[in-house]
Amino acid sequence: MSSADATDAVMVIEPSRGWGVARLRELWVYRELLYFLVWRDVKVRYKQTVLGAAWAILQPLATAAVFTLFFGRLAGIDGDGLPYPLFAYAGLLAWTLFAQGLTQGASSLVGSANLITKVYFPRMVVPVSAVLGGLVDFAVALPILLVMMAHYGRWPGAGLALFPLFVVMAVVASTGVATWLAALNVRYRDVRYVVPFLVQLWLFVTPVIYPASKLAPLLAEWGLPRWLPGLNPMAGVVEGIRWSLFGTGAQSFPVIFASAVTAVFFLVSGTLYFQHVERSFADVV
Amino acid sequence: MTDVVIRAENLSKLYRIGELQLRTTLRESIVAAARGALRPSARRPAETVWALKDVSFEIGRGEVVGIIGRNGAGKSTLLKVLARITEPTSGRAEVRGRVGSLLEVGTGFHSELTGRENIFLSGAILGMRRAEIVRRFDEIVAFAEVERFVDTPVKHYSTGMYLRLAFAVAAHLEPEILLVDEVLAVGDAAFQKKCLGKMGDVSRQGRTVLFVSHNLAAVRYLCPSTLWLEGGGVHLHGPSEAVVREYLESTTAGGTALWTAEAGANDDRRASLLRVAVTDEGGRVAEMVGSDRPFFVEIDYRLADRVEGVRVGYRLQTPDGLVVFTSADTDPDGWGTDRGPGVLRSRCVFPGKLLNGGRYLLSVGCDVPMREILFFHEAVAAFNVQVSGSAGGAIPDGRLGLLRPSLDWSVAPVADTDRGSHARAGELEGDDAARR
Repeated sequence: MSSADATDAVMVIEPSRGWGVARLRELWVYRELLYFLVWRDVKVRYKQTVLGAAWAILQPLATAAVFTLFFGRLAGIDGDGLPYPLFAYAGLLAWTLFAQGLTQGASSLVGSANLITKVYFPRMVVPVSAVLGGLVDFAVALPILLVMMAHYGRWPGAGLALFPLFVVMAVVASTGVATWLAALNVRYRDVRYVVPFLVQLWLFVTPVIYPASKLAPLLAEWGLPRWLPGLNPMAGVVEGIRWSLFGTGAQSFPVIFASAVTAVFFLVSGTLYFQHVERSFADVV
Repeated sequence: MTDVVIRAENLSKLYRIGELQLRTTLRESIVAAARGALRPSARRPAETVWALKDVSFEIGRGEVVGIIGRNGAGKSTLLKVLARITEPTSGRAEVRGRVGSLLEVGTGFHSELTGRENIFLSGAILGMRRAEIVRRFDEIVAFAEVERFVDTPVKHYSTGMYLRLAFAVAAHLEPEILLVDEVLAVGDAAFQKKCLGKMGDVSRQGRTVLFVSHNLAAVRYLCPSTLWLEGGGVHLHGPSEAVVREYLESTTAGGTALWTAEAGANDDRRASLLRVAVTDEGGRVAEMVGSDRPFFVEIDYRLADRVEGVRVGYRLQTPDGLVVFTSADTDPDGWGTDRGPGVLRSRCVFPGKLLNGGRYLLSVGCDVPMREILFFHEAVAAFNVQVSGSAGGAIPDGRLGLLRPSLDWSVAPVADTDRGSHARAGELEGDDAARR
């Protein structure tokens, strides 16, 4: 399916030049393939494992339990006035969506070498589908958050309307970073080793374990702008999700805005880089 | 040719072999860049290969064109460029219509998924619309003959079922232009016949087909015209009958009983053919073998890693393209064994008193049966059989046929009683029937 809409359209095959974005339109033409790849990833993941969908819940839940014990109890970190398990689980939900998309996306192209060397389709479909697959896990793990909210009696206010927006922001950030890493991974297999390390470090610079409000005095002391943590797109996502659910961290709006900008920046730059090197994937992978 | 659907103008594709192999990690890349900056002259020139060089041709609507040529001639690269899997380095091509590419059987199949799920997945990957797949679903299942197992994960399928299903999906693609690469080389005879039949259907429906194959008989049967690539360029483009004849003549003329690989042969890196030799009982390379003496076919190859279920074999052909037989080193079983890494030799004893006199070509291949071909070299070696003493060898009668076997005969007089017994039995049966 090259130009699926017009049968008699002439397709010209020639060396591409520059940084064209004409191929983006093709993503829309290939939306069914995108859907099938997401569907395949999710289906296979749940089929191959004994616990299946339970993994999607177990991972953030177990991590939240460990964080509660060590950071909440032992280190005495305060969750912006929230019960620490609730604070940690909400943050981890968003974080897992991002980190899983990043990890899966980074290895997606190399993992699909077999497809890339045999069939044509816009290569962006591969990392994007890997990231979108994480949304299913997110949806599976979300009800646990509702259970916890019921348990602690914390109900969202009007901010809830913006909750989907922050989920989209997480997906945008994840896709942006994943396209960068996926494209680099084709050429430099080092990326495989960088990713676990990157995810680990990134977790600590993201206000998952601690609230962003803890950073504010430090930034003020050093004379740094309040939006600075927002250079990490996930800072805004995690703060935003907690704000939309519990109304906490309202002082983090500069961080959220900055994160929205960086998330979009990652996506745009990642896409451009990807499209630029895409042409050689089949030769190198 | 008024209605041109594919027009290629000076299509060229350059592969950088050196760069690819030398700089695969970031560190090496940085080191290379630094070294290049410090001492520009020390930079290692990347080894390059023109997989395609100035390829130009036109193909009209509804034409079925075979593409032949030796390994490394650029056949697969040409299909990949036309399918947009890889970009040309220079030149351009205009393609009019929806392109479907079929470069392997089972593209996108996942073993954990059921037959039904794989039909949708593979269909989508090959470029079918969901609605299209739904519409043709029953047809695909019926073609593959897997009705009862459509909801079973394909990992439980037999190899034959798996292949049939995979091909069925691909065969129901409805592109205006279909690019097919050697998929018929896998599978059993019945399956190949079915695929050939389906391809014949495709061409009768007025679709344009480009068909890369080492199976010259199939090319002649399916494709009215043929494109012969040599060293990345078009060597000859014309009626299949003539092109295939010339191609075989050229391979035969150069063939000898000993073939050794040039350095950097264009093989799958996991396996490469090093040497093929026809030897006599004394182990000497023999251009000429006697028809009553056994001889040996030696195939040396390198496996870079351990390969599971692999086999090596050859196809014996006559210079006009007729395949006499195919043999593999895992016969009679036929399935592969686990081998490598290292350099291995597969040696075949060919009995005397079997082949008739004449010239024969050997095509040598290595594959994982029903899965993939690791290498295939068309007509790499050639040798002559001299009639010497086998069947009828004592008198100079030119016996027709490819084989000249010495078969056991007996001659005995036939007794009168034997000859009449049949007739009497018939009469008795007739009497029986009349009485009832």
